[in-house]
This record gives sequence, structure tokens and C-alpha cells, in this order.
Amino acid sequence: MAVREVVRALRAGGCRFGRFSSSSSSSSGGGERAVSARRGAFKGPRFCPPAGSCRDWIGPPDKRSNLRPVIFHVPSHESPLERRLRELREETQAWNQRFWARQNTAFQREKEEFIYSRLKAKGLETRDKTGQKVTLNAEEMADFYKDFLRKNFRKHMHYNRTSAEGGYARIHSPFLFTSTCCFCHCL
Amino acid sequence: MYVTQYNKDLSQRVKPKSDSVVSPFRESQLDQERKVLHKIAPISPVHQPLSEMPNRNELRQIKSAAEIGDPATPLTAESKDERQWKEMKLRLDDLPGILARLSKIKLTALVVSTASAGFAMAPVPFDLPCFLLASLGTGLASCAANSINQFFEVPFDSNMNRTKNRPLVRGQISPLLAVCFAASCGVPGIALLTMGVNPLTGALGAFNIFLYTCCYTPMKRMSIANTWVGAVVGAIPPVMGWTAATGSLDAGALLLGGILYSWQFPHFNALSWGLREDYSRGGYCMMSVTHPALCRRVALRHCVALIGLCTAAPILDITTWTFPIISLPLNLYISYLGFRFYRDADRSSSRKLFFCSLWHLPLLLLVMFSCKKSLLEKEEKGDVLGGSHERAMEIRLP
Repeated sequence: MAVREVVRALRAGGCRFGRFSSSSSSSSGGGERAVSARRGAFKGPRFCPPAGSCRDWIGPPDKRSNLRPVIFHVPSHESPLERRLRELREETQAWNQRFWARQNTAFQREKEEFIYSRLKAKGLETRDKTGQKVTLNAEEMADFYKDFLRKNFRKHMHYNRTSAEGGYARIHSPFLFTSTCCFCHCL
Repeated sequence: MYVTQYNKDLSQRVKPKSDSVVSPFRESQLDQERKVLHKIAPISPVHQPLSEMPNRNELRQIKSAAEIGDPATPLTAESKDERQWKEMKLRLDDLPGILARLSKIKLTALVVSTASAGFAMAPVPFDLPCFLLASLGTGLASCAANSINQFFEVPFDSNMNRTKNRPLVRGQISPLLAVCFAASCGVPGIALLTMGVNPLTGALGAFNIFLYTCCYTPMKRMSIANTWVGAVVGAIPPVMGWTAATGSLDAGALLLGGILYSWQFPHFNALSWGLREDYSRGGYCMMSVTHPALCRRVALRHCVALIGLCTAAPILDITTWTFPIISLPLNLYISYLGFRFYRDADRSSSRKLFFCSLWHLPLLLLVMFSCKKSLLEKEEKGDVLGGSHERAMEIRLP
């Protein structure tokens, strides 16, 4: 099956009228802007790849998760295996996005609270004369870093275990790329 | 007149002088772009040769400036965001650079040079073909290990400033290709070491790849013991160099490995001191975050250990006694910086220790090589001992 698909794709030049999907869209429809279907996923990319493109597109880092969203190309004759792989990749992307967005948001929020409490304890204002926020240096923040890491250790271990057992490693496993579309789009 | 670039197309726009720079962006961005304007103002477009392609940085600055000032196409955050989307297409022109960054080519070069040092220090006649094969095999193995490490750590690398521009993070290369590249380096590398050099060196190379990718990389997120495992990973290449030359794992190999092992601690612990925020947010278990006092203590301890290890070199007949004498100032200096780091525990002392470690190691290896006990000396010593033994035998016999 894989060999037939390779030949078909090479003959066609690998580029047909195709559709795009992001981690937050359903697989139906083509080329139109995606709607966020999963809570916490990238907030429906405003970007729409050009109609003639038959490759995946990668965007700038997300402001919350720092991960770069990928819009996966949907070939016009997508086989069931290709579709399954694409959906797995989208799910993994969404899952990673949720984890890191929550993680970074929590970090930022707790960091602000820590700085505020330390400054208050010292009797200092949170903003200086120019209106800029006062920050603590790395040595003063060390207690916060240690505490945050300790508090989130279980969450990280769960994330590591899950990504090793399931989503991340599987998606990026080269042995899953048996279909030609994935191979072509990955080059 | 400004030359702008969008998607590799050049175009010219005229910016009237009276236009005010009204930007919808946040204050920090406005400051950044004001600075950009100031930079390009002195450039006269008349003198700019049209046939010459400006470099990428200038084009980016010019483009940013033109975007602010041009009243015809008002910029929105959305269109700027759209321009940052890139097609995930491998550009063959960029491939060498991408693979160099994927394989951490500078680190690989350092690893190969430590392996070369191990080879050079071995007390056997220098065999050039063997040396080249060992260096190439070690380099390929290092490329493979570094690529696999990056493949495993994409979400973590995305969240750290130091690593957010790596090729897999930016989508410049697909995960499939990265793994293929790793396999195409690792398999020939280990095969070269095993069949072209000797099986012991091949086994050490394979073990080191395993240790780095399957032990050190996951342990970074589980326990501070990862630093000790990482130190072993760094210590193995000179051992490989030695075994490539001699075919055996003897005391000299272990001493060289020991020196590299000890060196890792001041190097890495000082580096990690400035990355505590990123490590904490990314969930990396590093001594600098969880056990800061231990971090500094271990760094100092191993700086001092280097003095002891260098003193052991002539005892094991690897170098002359000149080596511990000449290396003493070097080791005392790094120990002094280690002590300052231990006492002050601040960014300045950590940076000084880190940068010192970068020149300390190559210099130490160079001094070690220059003080290497020559084979001739060893042979003469061997002859003298053999000759006196024979004479003793003659006296005994009637």
C-alpha cells in the first residue's frame, strides 16, 4: 500500500489541490480558517496557507506555550492511515499546547505573586518612579524557582511519562511515517 | 528610499520626511523600532550598489523601519503575525547549517578534540590512519547523540531562551529527517569505530550514545543525578581516544577520563547558575535550582580535584613531573574562581567560572601533551632496568 502511494505521489508531483487543518479543527472542509474545537488549543490560527501549497506550515511561537503551531496539510486523497497519523499529530500538538500554556501561565502568575509579596514584606512599591515594574534579582528569586519546581514535580513526571508512553514519542516515531504524504510533507 | 524584502522579493518605497512614526504597537516594540530607524538613517541609497544583496539583518531592520513609516499599508499585529508563518519545506541551501546546529557542531568539535587528546596521550607510536578513523567515528557518534537529544526535547527547548532557535523547534527540519540523520551518523560512526579501530572503542561509543540519549536526557527531568551521568558522558571520549590507540582500558585512560569528569562540574554548574528560571519553568531538575549550596560545593570540590588528578599523571607514567608544576597555576586559578563562586553565589562569579572553564580545558590538554613522557625515555628506562638485571644474573652464575 505504501509503495503504491509513493508512486502515485511522485507521479502527481506531490502537490494537489489540498486542504489544511490545524490542531483545533475538524478534518472536514478545506483551506478555510479553523475554529477552536478543543479548549486550550492554539486560538484558531488567523493564518491561512496559500491554496497551492501542499506542505505543512509552521507559525511563530505561541505567546502562552512558546510552542510553534503547525497547520497540517490535508491531501485531497488522504488515506485512512494518513488521516489517523495526522489526527494523532494534531491531538499531540493540542495536548502539548494545553500543558505548556497552563504551565507558563501558572509560572508567570506565581512569579508575580512572589515578587509582590517579597516587595510588600520589604515595604517597597511594585513600580518605580518611571512606572516600570520592580523585579527581584536571580538570587532573590531562587526560593521561588526551587519551590515552583518542587510543587510541579508530579505534574512534570506525569507529562514525561505520558509523552514517553503515548502521544509525543509515537507521533514523532519514524516508524509511523509509512505513508508517502507524510514523508513528502516532512521533507 | 528604503529597500524592503518580503518573501525574497525586493521592492522600493518612498517615505516622506514629514510622516510621524505612529505605531499601534506596545511601548517596548516602539522603542525597539525607534532604535532601528536611527540605525539606517545615515545610509545613503545612492551609494548602495543595486547588484549587491544586503545581508539578512539589514533587510530585517530596513523592513521594520519601512513598515512603521509607510502610510499606504497600515500594519496590524495580525498581518505581522501572518508573515511569520513559514512553509515547512527543506531548503537544500540551508541544509548544512541546519545539520550543523542539529548536531551541535561546536560541542561535537570539542568532544572530538578530547578524544584526539586521549589518542595523542597514549604511550604508543602515533598511527595516523587509526587516529583519523577514531576521530571521525567519535564525531559521527557525537552528531547522532546530539540529534537524538534535540529530537526528544522539542517542547522543552521551545521554552528555554538558550535553545528556542534550534532547527527542530523552528521547524526547519522534520523530526523524521532528524532521526534519519542521527541514524546515518550513528550507525556508520559506531561501525567505523568497531571495525576500523577496535571493538572496545566501538562499544564505548555505542554505550556513550545510549548513556546520553536514554539516561542523561530523561534524567534531566527526574533527578539532579543527571549531572553526574552527564559528567561520565563527557569523560568517555578521551577514554575512547586512548583505547583506540592502545586497544586496552588502562590506568592512563581512566586518569584522562577522570580529568574530563572533574572538569564537567565547574563548567556545567556555573553555566546552570544563570539558567535557573528556565530550568524551573521547564521542569528540569538541576542542582542550581533544587540544591544551590550543593551545586557550588561540588563545583569547588572538582576544581580542587583537578590538582590531584594532574599530580597523578607522572605517577602513572603518562607525563613528566613538569606537567603538575606547569598546570598548577591553571588549576589554582580555576579553583580560586570556584571558591569565589562558592562564596559569592552570584551571576558574576558563575559567569567568570564558566568562561574560565572554556579556555582552561584546551590549555590543560595542550600542556599535558607537551609534557607527555616520550616513548624513547620509557624504552631507555626499560633497557637500563633490563641491563642491570642481566648483570646481576652474570654475577650470580659461576
